[in-house]
Amino acid sequence: MKHPDVIVVGAGIVGAACAAELQALGRDVLLVDGGVPGGGVTAAGMGHLVALDETDDELDLCLLSLARWDAYLSTRTDLAEHVRCGTLWVAEDDAQMAHARVRAQRLGRRGWDAVELSGDALARMEPALRAGLAGAVRVVRDGVVYPPAVARDLADTLVALGGQTRFGTAVARIDDGAITLASGERIAAGDVVAAAGTAVTRLLPDIPVFPRKGHLAITARTPRRLSHQVVSMGYGQTAAGSDALAVAANVQPRITGQWLIGSCRQDGIRHADVDPRVLAQVLRSAIALLPCLADMKIIRSWTGMRPATYDGRPVIGRHPALPHVWVAAGHEGLGVTTAFGTAQLLADLMLDRPASIAAIPYSPSRFAHVPA
Amino acid sequence: MSPPDLSSRVVVDGVAVDVPRGVTVVAALVAANSLCTRRSVTGQRRFAFCGIGQCQECRVTVDGCANQLACGTICADGMTIATGGDW
Ligand SMILES: Cc1cc2nc3c(=O)[nH]c(=O)nc-3n(C[C@H](O)[C@H](O)[C@H](O)COP(=O)(O)OP(=O)(O)OC[C@H]3O[C@@H](n4cnc5c(N)ncnc54)[C@H](O)[C@@H]3O)c2cc1C
Repeated sequence: MKHPDVIVVGAGIVGAACAAELQALGRDVLLVDGGVPGGGVTAAGMGHLVALDETDDELDLCLLSLARWDAYLSTRTDLAEHVRCGTLWVAEDDAQMAHARVRAQRLGRRGWDAVELSGDALARMEPALRAGLAGAVRVVRDGVVYPPAVARDLADTLVALGGQTRFGTAVARIDDGAITLASGERIAAGDVVAAAGTAVTRLLPDIPVFPRKGHLAITARTPRRLSHQVVSMGYGQTAAGSDALAVAANVQPRITGQWLIGSCRQDGIRHADVDPRVLAQVLRSAIALLPCLADMKIIRSWTGMRPATYDGRPVIGRHPALPHVWVAAGHEGLGVTTAFGTAQLLADLMLDRPASIAAIPYSPSRFAHVPA
Repeated sequence: MSPPDLSSRVVVDGVAVDVPRGVTVVAALVAANSLCTRRSVTGQRRFAFCGIGQCQECRVTVDGCANQLACGTICADGMTIATGGDW
């Protein structure tokens, strides 16, 4: 076998996007996954394409990526189960409404339409919401996709462009410019990209990515209408309680007519079992916003382990000690939204061209590297 | 002394069928020769697959109440069951 220019380890939405991007830019790419494309966290999450703005650099990465999503989806709407439902950031009280207003202004300034809604206008727009909410911000261009289908499509795109894939084959180790498979086979390459989600730390111990657990549930199809992805303004702001559990309602309409309900954040838990106590809290918070959920039917519930980092930013760039190893991991709850932007930024760095957005906030070097 | 009545009469999509008392709605569907519980998003016919309440494929409308699991519902005399729903 001819050695590839680049081996991408991990065919989640992030790795698959990186692989397709690098191949499209003329590198010879081999994409390797221990399972199937999109079968990791990418299959467990919600698929909300959402502009988040907790920091300026987060918004930069989101907007870079969302523009790329627009281009991708203009050719593949059906495949991705895409719907441009918009996001409703729902404020339960005046304090949350003030935060929502700031968000609307920040997004609006960057050309990502966000409209402030009064409590009455909100009730007219989304009648399933409970009465008496303070208001909302409606982000018109946010949307929803089915992420594993996109990861699979990106892997197919890679192959169509002349790249290669090896699935069902775990990588046991990453060296500078080579990987070793669990079978012992060693494959050399010009560069290796570690995009193995929460498993990155096992392969590269000085890149700390840890699991942040979320619970989800999905209803049976229903004739009830929900037009937007509804997210409580408390989302992402909810501090974890003493039991390290943060819950904020997040309900997403799927094109099947199902409602997907999330989500919560829990650290320090490594088993992926559904915990009925936690699921109950997630459902209660969703019902508090959308009372009709109380008599709908949940047909499945599951969990997902978000690949998280200690500063809440993904790790994108060159490994601090291994010049031929690159990292694209740690996207926590935003990896679907930011996958294409990540791929673009990583390609900028690997091809040594001017970076599309500031790369420093994402640099793997920010985790102090202690030479062995 | 007359023997106890061991059957229930249920109506599946407008057709009356007698089934032994205590069987599930899936059995009534089979008795009515209706091997379809609902339609998938793409219009495919679905039927009970796992039979133990896990796969959620056998959702039917029972006495006007949508999304009931046929495998988890016991037939009651006079019950009406509607199949082919698309949710
Ligand atoms: C509850 C929940 C809700 C979410 N909601 C959203 C949302 O609404 N919007 C959004 O943008 N994001 C959301 N996310 C986050 C998003 O799902 C993740 O950020 C994203 O899927 C991460 O993708 P990834 O490619 O890094 O990881 P993964 O999808 O986990 O991919 C990593 C891949 O690496 C492979 N791998 C691991 N180890 C090895 C090895 N040794 N050898 C070979 N292959 C290996 C795995 O098999 C896997 O396929 C959510 C996540 C959760 C859990």
